[in-house]
Amino acid sequence: MIHFVLLISRQGKVRLTKWYSPYAQKERTKVVRELSGMILSRGPKLCNFVEWRGFKVVYKRYASLYFCMCVNQDDNELEILEIIHHFVEILDRYFGSVCELDLIFNFHKAYYILDEILIAGELQESSKKAVARLIAAQDALVEAAKEQANSVSYMISQATK
Amino acid sequence: MGSQGGFGQSKEFLDLIKSIGEARSKAEEDRIVLHEIETLKRRIIEPDIPKRKMKEYIIRLVYIEMLGHDAAFGYIHAVKMTHDDSLLLKRTGYLAVTLFLNEDHDLIILIVNTIQKDLKSDNFLVVCAALNAVCRLINEETIPAVLPQVVELLGHSKEAVRKKAVMALHRFYQRSPSSVSHLVSNFRKRLCDNDPGVMGATLCPLFDLVSVDVSSYKDLVVSFVSILKQVAERRLPKAYDYHQMPAPFIQIKLLKILALLGNGDKQASGQMYTVVGDIMRKADTTSNIGNAILYECICCVSSIFPNTKLLEAAADAISKFLKSDSHNLKYMGIDALGRLIKISPDIAEQHQLAVIDCLEDPDDTLKRKTFELLYKMTKSSNVEVIVDRMIEYMININDNHYKTDIASRCVELAEQFAPSNHWFIQTMNKVFEHAGDLVNIKVAHNLMRLIAEGFGEDDDTADSQLRSSAVDSYLRIIGEPKLPSAFLQVICWVLGEYGTADGKYSASYITGKLCDVAEAHSTDDTVKAYAVTALMKIYSLEIAAGRQVDMLPECQSLIEDLCASSSTDLQQRAYELQAIIRLDAQALENILPLDASCEDIEVDKGLSFLNSYVQQSLENGAQPYIPESARSGVLNMSNLRSHDQQETSGHALRFEAYELPKPTMPTSRPATIMPSTELVPVPEPSYTREIHQTPAVPSISHSGSAELKLRLDGVQKKWGKPTYSSPVQSTSNSDFQKTVNGAAQPDATGSTKQKARDVSHDIKKQEVEIPSEKQRLAASLFGGVSRSEKRQTAAGNRGAPKANSGATESPHMTKVATSSEPSTVKTAPVQPPPDLLDFGESTATSDAPSTDPFKQLEGLVDVTQDGSAANSGSVATKASDFMSLYSERPGNVPSNLIDPSIDVNMSSGLLNASNNFDHGAGVVAQSPQSANKGPNLKDALQKDALVRQMGVTPTNQNPNLFRDLLG
Repeated sequence: MIHFVLLISRQGKVRLTKWYSPYAQKERTKVVRELSGMILSRGPKLCNFVEWRGFKVVYKRYASLYFCMCVNQDDNELEILEIIHHFVEILDRYFGSVCELDLIFNFHKAYYILDEILIAGELQESSKKAVARLIAAQDALVEAAKEQANSVSYMISQATK
Repeated sequence: MGSQGGFGQSKEFLDLIKSIGEARSKAEEDRIVLHEIETLKRRIIEPDIPKRKMKEYIIRLVYIEMLGHDAAFGYIHAVKMTHDDSLLLKRTGYLAVTLFLNEDHDLIILIVNTIQKDLKSDNFLVVCAALNAVCRLINEETIPAVLPQVVELLGHSKEAVRKKAVMALHRFYQRSPSSVSHLVSNFRKRLCDNDPGVMGATLCPLFDLVSVDVSSYKDLVVSFVSILKQVAERRLPKAYDYHQMPAPFIQIKLLKILALLGNGDKQASGQMYTVVGDIMRKADTTSNIGNAILYECICCVSSIFPNTKLLEAAADAISKFLKSDSHNLKYMGIDALGRLIKISPDIAEQHQLAVIDCLEDPDDTLKRKTFELLYKMTKSSNVEVIVDRMIEYMININDNHYKTDIASRCVELAEQFAPSNHWFIQTMNKVFEHAGDLVNIKVAHNLMRLIAEGFGEDDDTADSQLRSSAVDSYLRIIGEPKLPSAFLQVICWVLGEYGTADGKYSASYITGKLCDVAEAHSTDDTVKAYAVTALMKIYSLEIAAGRQVDMLPECQSLIEDLCASSSTDLQQRAYELQAIIRLDAQALENILPLDASCEDIEVDKGLSFLNSYVQQSLENGAQPYIPESARSGVLNMSNLRSHDQQETSGHALRFEAYELPKPTMPTSRPATIMPSTELVPVPEPSYTREIHQTPAVPSISHSGSAELKLRLDGVQKKWGKPTYSSPVQSTSNSDFQKTVNGAAQPDATGSTKQKARDVSHDIKKQEVEIPSEKQRLAASLFGGVSRSEKRQTAAGNRGAPKANSGATESPHMTKVATSSEPSTVKTAPVQPPPDLLDFGESTATSDAPSTDPFKQLEGLVDVTQDGSAANSGSVATKASDFMSLYSERPGNVPSNLIDPSIDVNMSSGLLNASNNFDHGAGVVAQSPQSANKGPNLKDALQKDALVRQMGVTPTNQNPNLFRDLLG
């Protein structure tokens, strides 16, 4: 089971956090600080795994962003690495050549996407197409809602003129 | 579908993000965020906020929270937003609450109603959003409120909904297995779902279920095997392929389940051999995902009933892992070796050099994994080297968590395999000295027990030798500063018990030392208590032996001080000491006999010595005693307790509307327990209470037990003997279960803990016995000294440190001599590889991306750099632009705050990735896809322009922000 997902920039700035196991706010801050200290200082040729408080943190660096996932001792680390990659690929498809800036300004969208890939700390969908389809459906609905709102407000503004 | 267009937020918010991005210190960031919190606090309570504005506020709250600040003031607004009708807002609301609230938060109760409503929505997207929230927010208490609807959704027409419903049920199962135990058949049903996504999701709960109770899922072995076969034969839709592997995540999950089902079951395992073998043969070892599957296969092979062919294949795979230059694969190789070694202990032999390399590796993660492997292959012949290594490593690390871990491992190994008493005591001293405060206090108790009981042989001289060597070493250590408390307790106890036993040290010497300890650690009451009791023992032993006792003056003053101590425990001990040493020799011999700490003190629980008194009273007309359970009108204790439980659950909130009650409900309720019984309007408290209690205390006969039996069928699992079954359930090892069943029935529930420990001990023994047998066989084949060959594999190469430890018995010495020679020869060739390693590393890093088909789609950059003119010319023309972009970057670097070396590394990595990628076919085939995304450079520039346009000027501080994540 995945206990949390962290996205940290190389400067140690938090880009995304998702907690699947309960952590209090204070604890979260501590975890982020502890892990970013540990992971950012690791050399490029070492393992992508770190043992931490009886768990394992699997991380992978993409350009200037570190994607980290904390898993149980008995989980398959290589699989987790691929889950991270799976997530990044889907982000890439969605944003079109995703870069850190996309995630900074659209972190909520990244959350929506993550919610379609992982649920309750488990991989729920391994097909990129299925995820993309669902996200697209949501976006379409959101667009429709926006248009509708606009038209209504337009009508009201017309009426009250 | 790209949304790279407008970011859709107000300028204010973008400014916030930008200023955070530019903050140069954590303090500055905090200042900005605190200011933002103030603003939001003010704004969010304004009346009549437009909904879109509110949505942005909520997202800003999420942002604040993400940066580690408390946004609790806004939680309620996020909750309100979930009530909104528009999906746009609802979705934001759900996102925010799932990020903000832990499942025990008070506000959840306000969301449950909305969730209930949304689960019934016609719009499947609303249902999906609600199910996402269910997975995060619903706790044990609120499960019944949504359970019926979630179960209903298992049959929803949209696969996305079915999948999430399965996951939600899985979550419920994790939270409270009893709440859904009657629903597990649904998981079996969903396994046959048409949609592979739903089927894949179902594997998660099934894995959990199987790991708890293997036997009831044996019938699924065939299904799992056939699914796995189909997956491996690419029968699933192409969409599930990942890097040219057919549905690898599903394969891995299936292999995990099969590993559990086949454990110790020859017949079930037999059905798996073919498919696992096929997968191993087909696995693509050049890609990361292929290796992930291969690793999972090894895990499976080492768990199921052994099969020679598969074991050979696994050993081959492991040696490939270990020989790889990638640290990740080495790590997996070491881990896999640790698994396989239990079955075929001799495979470690060929990898000894690789293992030693990993042990010396600068990468801490790899090192720790290697220690884990060593721990698994420890035996009496190599225990010294391994434990010495472990302790050496333990001393040098700061990570308390791991320190605790490795310390307890050292203790365990030392207890099991210690070659000599002397070594054992020395080792324990070292462990305690360096990690005494971290190890479980039980370890200290164990050590005391061990010293008291000896090693179990009926050899008193060995035991007394052990004791006197312990006393010797403790007296030497005792003066050192900063000894951990637990260690001091052991020292005091041992000195008190055996300090004067062999007559080497006088009582006054020992008592003097004990007084020193008590004085030096005046803040530690426990140590002082141990010291005083030790003093008492020594004095009374002296008196009992008929010797004159002169209390040292410092000792006297210590006792007087303690008589006035603020700790009542210390006071009592001091007074007791004063009282006891005034007694005569005979009394003392009875009170504190010599070396009787392991003798059982029998407590007469039946208070039989009062029998005559009772008899007498009865004869005088007293009322006979009525056992508690037989007393009518009085609830017995267990009843009371379960009553309390019932009370709490009875007080749980109800989630259904008031109109529902139907008078016929209670009688028409089916015999299986529905979780909604609590919702029945007129709950009869004792009704369910008995269900709680009867299985747990089966001896109690109740009038209604017969009809209750019916209901028990469904719930047996959840309530049956919780204390006993839980340790069994927690492990997946069937060996374990067998020993539990076979070894001994628990005589009392209280002793289960003890038993569990014993059992695990047994397992260790078993594991060890197999290797030692094989080892002897191997040794005889090699014609070496028995057991010695094995050590070469594990630790022989480290003959040097062993030689240091010196003073061991003669067979050891000879072994060292024989093994050290080959070791030097062997280590010599190890030296050159570093160069190779260095070369290899770069290819290794590019290894994974190189086979990444997705990148082939994305990376027009890569194509251009590759210059593999096979592609369209237009792309090639862009190459020069691109190169300039890349070459520019290093130029920029020095002016920025970025460490140039890393940057160069990065870009070289990118180059590598692109160089390795050489077929353009994929790109052409998927061109519509890539056209959608556009060339990277253009894209980046567009983004840049957009950002500038919005006034968020990227200050060039971090060009990395614009770099595509996938390279």
